[in-house]
Amino acid sequence: MSLPFLIAIFVFAYLPLYGWSYAFFDYHAGMKLKDCTFVGFKFFSSMIDNPVSREEIFRVLTNTFGMSFLNILTSPLPVIFAIFLMEMKTKRLRSLIQTLTTLPNFISWVLVYSVAWSIFSINDGFLNRLLMSANIISTEINFLASSNHVWLTMLGYSLWKTLGWGAIMYIAAITAIDSQQYEAAMVDGASRLQRMWHITVPGILPTYFVLLLLTIANFINNGMEQYYLFQNPMNKSAIEVLDLYVYNMGMVGQNISYSTAVGVLKSLVSVALLFFANGLSRVVRKESII
Amino acid sequence: MHKVSANDIIFNILNITVFLAFTLLCVFPFYYIFINTISNNELATAGKILFYPRGIHFGNYVEVLKLKGMGQATFISVARTVSGTFLTLLASSFLGYAFCKPEYWHRKFWYRFVVIAMYFSAGLIPWFVTMKSLGLYNNFLAYILPSMVAPFYVILFKTFVEQIPPSLEESVQIDGGGYAVRFLQIILPLSTPILATIAVFSLAGQWNSFLDTLFLVKSQNLFTLQYIMYQYLNQVNALATLMRSSQGTGAHATSMNLLTPTSVRMTISFVVVVPILFAYPFLQRYFVKGIMIGAIKG
Repeated sequence: MSLPFLIAIFVFAYLPLYGWSYAFFDYHAGMKLKDCTFVGFKFFSSMIDNPVSREEIFRVLTNTFGMSFLNILTSPLPVIFAIFLMEMKTKRLRSLIQTLTTLPNFISWVLVYSVAWSIFSINDGFLNRLLMSANIISTEINFLASSNHVWLTMLGYSLWKTLGWGAIMYIAAITAIDSQQYEAAMVDGASRLQRMWHITVPGILPTYFVLLLLTIANFINNGMEQYYLFQNPMNKSAIEVLDLYVYNMGMVGQNISYSTAVGVLKSLVSVALLFFANGLSRVVRKESII
Repeated sequence: MHKVSANDIIFNILNITVFLAFTLLCVFPFYYIFINTISNNELATAGKILFYPRGIHFGNYVEVLKLKGMGQATFISVARTVSGTFLTLLASSFLGYAFCKPEYWHRKFWYRFVVIAMYFSAGLIPWFVTMKSLGLYNNFLAYILPSMVAPFYVILFKTFVEQIPPSLEESVQIDGGGYAVRFLQIILPLSTPILATIAVFSLAGQWNSFLDTLFLVKSQNLFTLQYIMYQYLNQVNALATLMRSSQGTGAHATSMNLLTPTSVRMTISFVVVVPILFAYPFLQRYFVKGIMIGAIKG
């Protein structure tokens, strides 16, 4: 009886593999695959051989790596958030903060985009209005269209959205730490910061490590929703990550074979990264993550 | 004896201040949007509404719901959220239970088969081509079928059911109860907490989903609220910029409480976020519970 569900998995997760064949044909929309010319690895090699695509691929990879790297760089933030939140002694205040800061995680990216407009836009943005009415600036600043610091602004939005939620796992890990350890440390005269550093941090390090490995495994999969919504002609060159590039090339630009080829490479590299992260986990933790 | 040092007090004050500031950052945008939707539209457009509402009225909500496509989009969003969640619950409980049974035919293989699907994707274009050839282009089913079996929820359900003592099932088995009877009479009633968790995740996911409409839907009457909101956002922004450049200030173009680009954009946003804002505080514990169980074997 579980057959229909297994078929669903097959159809939606595995059947698309057949579509990889488009990467080896000169396919144009509306044609049948068997009427297209077989071109072998032409679209794969064109990523390197063709100077225009080479430049584009390089730019897109730079964006992808840059934003993923920033993501890894800020991965200790939820840990810090959790540690300091748990140092707060008033339980009611703590859970109020926890509820309100996890809220942004459950709104859609479209809404984040809308929120960003409400705060930063030149037409009705809070920030411009505030700065104008306080006479700090005389002309409105177009924060959203600016191509400066796109990586950082994107990081900012995603931190705003996910920081509180990301901390929840660590809060659970902290709650699981034996409170006797803290009491013993207090008897020994350890200061608050010493207790945080020597008991709490080691207590949640394993959790952090697993999540870090998953982040590494997803190094080239930054998704496209956020970047699609925030892209505009001004910031496009700095915001286009691999996933968005595949969409822009394949579904907007109709270069189906070429973008399939890019996608195939991306899938392969991402599987390799997953195995790498898993292997790392096996060596260090003697346990696999998948 | 507990003594509080001066350092401790400074630490606490700093700590609470930083957290309150971040909390404010998370909440204020919603408040700002809300006060602008209920304030006098002329004042809102002129940028006079910053911290509190003025000239309160609720006409924007009435007007926005009359906008083209809003009613239909609300219907589609609700329909996909409800039916999609139902299917996901069905699939994850069924598969999760089946994978608990050692006698399941090649269980290990099929479990892997499902789990790998969580990590592997063939890529956007092949997926799109497959969906199109399955007839799921411009089809309501495209909203609910692909997301039906989510490996992560299957794992959640399986992990949960494994904690149920097998003796409970055995007592029914002795009376001749087959899998279906055991599943319906024992497993499902006992697993309401995890079903609630999955339901809540799925509801939020379905309600917030945007990309599937972007990829697969071209016909107006299948647009979701999220998509309509996105369209209005872009149109409204273009419109507003145009108005600004031609008239200098947007305020001039609006009389009393007619819809303005600002009010349309903000009101739609608030309509879309309201279900989440209201449901979230009550459902939060299910989210938290889910992520804990998921952490055990993720």
